[in-house]
Amino acid sequence: MTRRGRRLALIAAALAVVGGAAGLALYALSDSIVFFYSPSEVVEKALRPGARLRVGGLVKSGSVVKSAGETVAFVVTDGANNVSVSYQGLLPDLFREGQGVVAEGVLAAPDQLRADTILAKHDERYMPREVVEALKKEGRWREGEDVAKP
Amino acid sequence: MIVEIGHFALVLALGAALAQTVAPFWGARVGDAGLMGVGRSAALTQLLLIAIAFAALVNAHLTSDFSVLNVAENSHSAVPAIYKISGVWGNHEGSMLLWTLILAAFGAIVAAFGRSLPARLRADALAVQGMISAAFLAFILLTSNPFERLSPAPFEGQDLNPILQDPGLAIHPPLLYLGYVGFSIVFSFAAAALIEGRIDAAWARYVRPFALTAWCFLTLGIAVGSYWAYYTLGWGGFWFWDPVENASLMPWLAGTAFIHSAAVMEKRDALKVWTIFLAILVFSFSLLGTFLVRSGVLTSVHAFASDPRRGVFILVILAAFIAGPLALFAWRAPKLRQGGLFAPISREGALVFNNLFLTSACATVFVGTLYPLALEALTGDKISVGPPFFNATFGPLFIPLMLVMPLGPLLGWKRGDIVSAAQRLLAAAVLAAVAVAAAFAIEHGGPVLAPFGVGIAVFVMAGAVTDIAERTMILRLPMRATLMRAIGLPRSVWGTAFAHFGIGVTLLGIVAVTAWGSERIVAVKPGEIIDISHYRLTFDGVFNRPGPNYRDVVGHFTVRRASGDVIGAMEPSRRTFPARNMATTEAALMSRGFSQLYLSLGDPNPDGTVPVRLFFKPHVLMIWLGAIIMFFGGGLSLSDRRLRVGAPRPAKAKAKDKPALQAAE
Repeated sequence: MTRRGRRLALIAAALAVVGGAAGLALYALSDSIVFFYSPSEVVEKALRPGARLRVGGLVKSGSVVKSAGETVAFVVTDGANNVSVSYQGLLPDLFREGQGVVAEGVLAAPDQLRADTILAKHDERYMPREVVEALKKEGRWREGEDVAKP
Repeated sequence: MIVEIGHFALVLALGAALAQTVAPFWGARVGDAGLMGVGRSAALTQLLLIAIAFAALVNAHLTSDFSVLNVAENSHSAVPAIYKISGVWGNHEGSMLLWTLILAAFGAIVAAFGRSLPARLRADALAVQGMISAAFLAFILLTSNPFERLSPAPFEGQDLNPILQDPGLAIHPPLLYLGYVGFSIVFSFAAAALIEGRIDAAWARYVRPFALTAWCFLTLGIAVGSYWAYYTLGWGGFWFWDPVENASLMPWLAGTAFIHSAAVMEKRDALKVWTIFLAILVFSFSLLGTFLVRSGVLTSVHAFASDPRRGVFILVILAAFIAGPLALFAWRAPKLRQGGLFAPISREGALVFNNLFLTSACATVFVGTLYPLALEALTGDKISVGPPFFNATFGPLFIPLMLVMPLGPLLGWKRGDIVSAAQRLLAAAVLAAVAVAAAFAIEHGGPVLAPFGVGIAVFVMAGAVTDIAERTMILRLPMRATLMRAIGLPRSVWGTAFAHFGIGVTLLGIVAVTAWGSERIVAVKPGEIIDISHYRLTFDGVFNRPGPNYRDVVGHFTVRRASGDVIGAMEPSRRTFPARNMATTEAALMSRGFSQLYLSLGDPNPDGTVPVRLFFKPHVLMIWLGAIIMFFGGGLSLSDRRLRVGAPRPAKAKAKDKPALQAAE
């Protein structure tokens, strides 16, 4: 093969691999991304049960109910609307009533989420950014003011 | 007073960095050796000054000087000394200072030990290195001053984030930074070569020690971070595809590609333009990682601060240091001389294959990490891209890479014989097939593909052994002759074999733990029993245990074999830090060979039961053991005398090179 031929072969091989990777990435993206909504957005969009999503807001004070079989139920609120969440497993260390939380899972009913992942912030000084924005939208967030401590 | 000296030293360091940028660059243009020499002394001065600043901050943390804002916010008088020190880089300002300290140290290594480098190349590389330093020093001084005073000083600090009070996290950032920042030298040399407009095989020899050092530490840093996440977060996962983890994986993938393409450039004078491009890419990913982690665009334990000014500043640095060299590259690359020819089936061909797949894998990680950010910026929709995306893209790209990996070292340069290479791998392939059959026979359940994963891992490991066996002609020559050959092999060959073997070990651990791990989540009362795999745990009860700056609520579990023999106790705990009113889960681990029992405790329920999460993690330790083997392999390759800083020179000058390597390690 000439130098030119080799180079073309190399470029063709490179394009094949990169094209394959791009195809994989697009396929996976269409299949496995998860949208983030605030409780108000969940109610407003009237999503179909079975949809996979993340819901972020505050854990409503007094809403946490632990029951047998390691199931925990609580309500995520942004002040205007609520979504009730059920979760089986151990809660993260920083999960507390009145604090920010992000729950990921499958919608069981229009305002009920069966979560398989619960994320709480890593440190009491910082809120998940998505939660701050969800709260800001509902006018429940004031700059510089701490969220209600339990 | 010491704090002010530190601050002042930092300001002077910025001056030194600017001198290091301007003088050698100008000197190289006009051919003035004196001006070029200024670059060297400026680099050494800069290191000294940043070291003084860093020492001042360490001192403030050690003496709990709460009049310094940084100390007051991130330390506490009751914290053990090791976490007072690690608290220095357990926050945004201090970690940026560590970043620049390492940056200056790498520059100083070039200044002090690069005597055999071409004078102009060295001067230009120092200038670029100085420019990076200057940008980051300005960033620290203008937006993230660690020496800011607080008046009046509080009596007590706010404590270091409890999650960071852990030996793993004390060493994780320095290791990772040695990796990230080590690639800055490679980047500086690439930019210098582009400025010069001349690149030859010697260039690859100059940068290879730096690239290998950086790669070793990056590997180890990622592994330590992963192990930390595994045992601290209480979920028992070793990799979460978290954006911050991806931020460290991208430079690793690109850096691994670079090491391989630099080998082609060094040996065969080919792939030169591509290698230079990769050099720019690797450090760009390091900078991108720093941006993602430090700017607060991501929610994570690493996102210390979300001051928008900082984000914008780092974004400007990022844009300048990526766009500048890429523009230079676009301008200069077409003028670079073409390299050597090679057939598609050859060692070079295999390394090109490696590069294609590694960079493609890197690109998919890049897309998965940045797509949510881009989408939010464009449409306002918030999404998360989780493990399913990465598993679907990363896996298919890594499998061919693993299958071809053992073949590469067995092919000859320029023109390889694939049939003979495949024949030599026959034993490895048979071993892999046996492993697949064994995995099918022994393990039940788990994904159907898992035994093939085991097969690939065994093939990779056996392939690495085959390479050494072939070169030493083991079993074909008398034992003594084999031994002599083994000693005589270049250490870089041993290094390659070890690093490849390590990949196989890590892969085996990942496959085993993903496919055959088991998990139990139960609420237990004292006296109750939990069974998992071949083990039986009895919950004996909870008790309190005080610590230096925390309280532990400890659960005591007795571990028995299925036969009933007691093999030990596990004591997971919930740790409460009063200073921050924060609790962490301290999981208990029990190693059985390479496998581990993993037990974490939840908050007690109102009915008196305690929720526990118990995992059996088969062969999980192999994941990190593999990384350690890779680190060791990289170190071996680094000690190969042909690869030392400024290698092409007589053997008698060898001794002088030693300090350079020790300092780099």
